[in-house]
Amino acid sequence: MKVTVTVNGTEHVREVEPRLLLIHFLRDELRLTGTHWGCDTSNCGACIVWLDEVPVKSCTVLAAMADGHNITTVEGLARDGELDPVQRGFAECHGLQCGFCTPGMMMTARWLLDQNPDPTEAEIREAISGQICRCTGYENIVRSIQWAARIGGGSNSQP
Amino acid sequence: MQVPAHVEYEKAGSVEHALALLARYGQEARILAGGHSLIPMMKLRLVQPAVLIDINGLTDLCYINVNADELRIGSLTRHAQLLNSALAGQHFTILHDAERVIADPIVRNWGTIGGSLCQADPSEDLSAAFAALKGTMIIRGPDGGREVSARAFHTGPYETVIGAAELLTEIRLPIKPGGGSAYHKVKRRAGDWPVGAAGAALWLQDGAITDVGIGLTAVGATHFAAAEAEDYLRRRPATEETFAAAGEIAADSCRPTSDQRGPADYKRHLARELTIRALRSAAIRAGDQNGQGVSAWSQQPRGGPPK
Repeated sequence: MKVTVTVNGTEHVREVEPRLLLIHFLRDELRLTGTHWGCDTSNCGACIVWLDEVPVKSCTVLAAMADGHNITTVEGLARDGELDPVQRGFAECHGLQCGFCTPGMMMTARWLLDQNPDPTEAEIREAISGQICRCTGYENIVRSIQWAARIGGGSNSQP
Repeated sequence: MQVPAHVEYEKAGSVEHALALLARYGQEARILAGGHSLIPMMKLRLVQPAVLIDINGLTDLCYINVNADELRIGSLTRHAQLLNSALAGQHFTILHDAERVIADPIVRNWGTIGGSLCQADPSEDLSAAFAALKGTMIIRGPDGGREVSARAFHTGPYETVIGAAELLTEIRLPIKPGGGSAYHKVKRRAGDWPVGAAGAALWLQDGAITDVGIGLTAVGATHFAAAEAEDYLRRRPATEETFAAAGEIAADSCRPTSDQRGPADYKRHLARELTIRALRSAAIRAGDQNGQGVSAWSQQPRGGPPK
């Protein structure tokens, strides 16, 4: 079947099998490998991308379901060479160790801060509760998101 | 690597179109809503439909409103929409209690209410909440619509009354004044299925229980309900003593099984204790609804209209 998916602002048209998962469409068809393919069971959250305005676990969404929709991946966070405050926060606060969970964590963090620019620590932990960091680096992930909240602003805003 | 087996795909453009596709493909087809149960099942080859009928475009099935003294929830409403609905929380706090502990925020963004019900997992949370609230399911089919009580909707684990050519379109919950509701769940970790959970809805007048609903999940309760405990409570005073007795009856009526989430006797203990806690919370909230102080919920007469 033919799907038309706009990813990070660029429209892509591909012929795909209906059973193709969105994660594999992004990584294998479009070569956008920033989104990570983790547990394959919608538990770990490494594969989180935005489907239109909300984060979803792309290992549990078919590419066909994204037909006609907008997808935002971690590659779409930075604009004009300027990192998103969330990305800067992860760099500043050592929010990643092996980095496998990082794209999903950052996509959820950006969404959280867009909804709630000044979240409590509990609200941050609740937001990322469906995501697993195998390095158990949660303390610094929370600090990174708090750093981004302090710097402030919405998506891709200048601090 | 887990991928579904080969499958055909149809995108429904309307409820009528979805019904026509169901009529054409029959047992070979499965409705694809959020897909957060169906796609993992397809990956594991636990289900292998020949055709998926994607209803995610049917945004006219995404709504929460009040009509004719009922809260009406469209079947394609996402879990996050129900959790964020002030209207739903205003009438039935149990729905927010339950949604807060269903899966995780990201899964709730895409998983649907109708999909959770039709998956009919014996540990599903909303099945117990809707059983407690004595909801009604609206089902559309080739011959029009029909209504089925929430307590008659499930026919067994992973089985419902929905026929091969039918589609769940709406859940209706009757609104009555003077009530309160609550949901208590014990789970092993964030986002997990319950080891056991109980929901209660309670209507009070002059400290006496005029009506009550108790829902249970993950503990082998018939139709996700504790009907005998409800019968015991009706017309009795809302007190710690009657709640404790109702908890015993609810626990005795369950048939939990031992599995990786816990042994049967622990689950039976949870059925008892969580029933008591849900009744206690529901009674406090019913008292608040009636304009009474928290401590006076069991004695005071019914007051003003619900907040």
